[in-house]
Amino acid sequence: MNFLQAINEALLEEMKADPCVYVLGEDVAVGGPYGATKGLAEEFGENRVINTPISEGTVVGLAIGAALQGLRPVVEIMFVDFITLAMDQLVNHAAKLRYMSGGQLCVPLTIRTACGVSGAWGAHHSQSLEAWLAHVPGLKVVMPSTAADAEGLLRAAIRDDNPVVFVEHRALYYQADELTSENFELGRAQVRRPGRDVSVIAIGRMARVALEAADELAESGIEAEVIDPRTLQPLDLEALAASVRRTNRALVIHEAVVPGGIGAEIAAQLQAAAFDYLDAPIGRLGAPFAPVPAGPSLEAAYVPGKAAVVAAVKRLLGTP
Amino acid sequence: MLLIRAFEEKVSEMYAKVEIAGLLHLSIGQEAVAAAIGSLLRREDAMYSGHRAHGHALAKGADPGRLLAEIAGRKDGYCGGKGGSMHVAAPEAGFMTATGVVGGTIPLALGSALAFKEGRQGNVAVVFFGDGAMNSGSFSESLNIASLWKLPVVFVCENNGYAEFTPISAHTLVERASEHAKLFRIPAVTVDGNDLLAVLEAAGPAVDRARSGEGPSLVECLTYRLRGHYEGDPNKYRELSEMAEWKAKDPILRFAAWAEGEKVLSAADRDRLEAEVRSEVARAEEFARSSPPAVADQVATQVYA
Repeated sequence: MNFLQAINEALLEEMKADPCVYVLGEDVAVGGPYGATKGLAEEFGENRVINTPISEGTVVGLAIGAALQGLRPVVEIMFVDFITLAMDQLVNHAAKLRYMSGGQLCVPLTIRTACGVSGAWGAHHSQSLEAWLAHVPGLKVVMPSTAADAEGLLRAAIRDDNPVVFVEHRALYYQADELTSENFELGRAQVRRPGRDVSVIAIGRMARVALEAADELAESGIEAEVIDPRTLQPLDLEALAASVRRTNRALVIHEAVVPGGIGAEIAAQLQAAAFDYLDAPIGRLGAPFAPVPAGPSLEAAYVPGKAAVVAAVKRLLGTP
Repeated sequence: MLLIRAFEEKVSEMYAKVEIAGLLHLSIGQEAVAAAIGSLLRREDAMYSGHRAHGHALAKGADPGRLLAEIAGRKDGYCGGKGGSMHVAAPEAGFMTATGVVGGTIPLALGSALAFKEGRQGNVAVVFFGDGAMNSGSFSESLNIASLWKLPVVFVCENNGYAEFTPISAHTLVERASEHAKLFRIPAVTVDGNDLLAVLEAAGPAVDRARSGEGPSLVECLTYRLRGHYEGDPNKYRELSEMAEWKAKDPILRFAAWAEGEKVLSAADRDRLEAEVRSEVARAEEFARSSPPAVADQVATQVYA
């Protein structure tokens, strides 16, 4: 099953399980641009799978109101770049109503959104903005890297009583893997590959890149442990720190720009939790501090690839 | 109206004595709108407001003591002191939330309305906003969606002529919210918002229309705030003559004159009502004062469910 099919499956199952689950977004009744919501309108009707006008801010606000009333809306924001239009509702209402109301209100809202560089779509359809979201108290942020995680974590997100932003990297949509029987909950990292020499903490699509890099590093005798946080807020610091205490070195990789990225937060939390175990400063790898370029050659230079990960690990280990 | 007036005069007094902190926006002079709309709603109906929300919450049935305690940052306020004046919520009374973001709750009301439409219980969502919110994108977007989906929502614009410190004429050539609504084919009227009966007459059919599944309406109430934008506002942007003119149109005085003329209420009835309200506000004050300030160990609780 590929990532997109896993998303579709999760929506289907949750809509079956709970009549309060509604899907809203641009073109969702016809399946959306990638088919993530394909077949749902036929199964559940267009009153539960609702096409919306291109009014992201108002649609998210509407979903918040519906959530306050007991529904569990799942809103699709076609690209995370357009979440900027809904940031007021997301940050000022979805995230804060629980707190501002002293626990009287509850916003069980899920936002699904596509992120990341793929196919030379340029600066407005390719960004990685997860750090903004993870900075807001009251929001949860999930970034799966496998189809199995996409299915299990989306179901967990929909069942969560908090607003959850579920960020899907477009380049992962056609990646396939087997679903697992894991009992998914938000806030659990996973070791993708065990290793003793360095902890490579890799987010979203970068988890895949890190695994490729780990294979290459193994050929030179370097055993990298690849850990996928899967959820950025809440962050499974304990799992990450446990790995670093074993390997004594850490590299954090994301596709977002490095300055102010979530990698900075992870590095800061890790150095506080495992300072005595570190043999080198924690490394960070990500995009340069620039918007996403459109031209294919520039785009290729923008995203960290396998070679960049290999080089960063070797720098961390002081090996040539 | 009397309760809202007496309550907000108490808030103003406590603020002046530095017994209440914060940014307070009073609705003194605009009470007829809240009172009329509130009288048409059931507890299960959802009400949303903006930053000038005390009167709306009271009109929806919020407890004055818990509301005052919230505004004063006390532990026993509706939100345990975390919401305050601008972000108070009393969902037990169907007052869903206020907001500090102008126009911010308009889309939220659509969401309640969508849930009501699906639930088919005939409940209604109402949202209050001012003329400043007319120029926000969320207003136009919400009118479009409410109209398209025939949502059971009543938009109530309290057009008080000023967006913060600037007259409406400096912000738009379209000075009537009802004009916006008509563009989106939503039935809309503009009425004298200082006339309780006029607001009732306009809002009654709007609420009924939403309740019976016929879709949204907009009621625009022309009114005026007799206080500043916020407590402490030096008010230099309005002429004294203009304020005096509106003071003469005080909705409470106007209703009292009508009620006496029509023999609906005698002067004695009015005295009795005023006394009742005074004692209700005194009880609210006593409740708020007896509640301790919200405690520091609560500062980072209730962030997540």
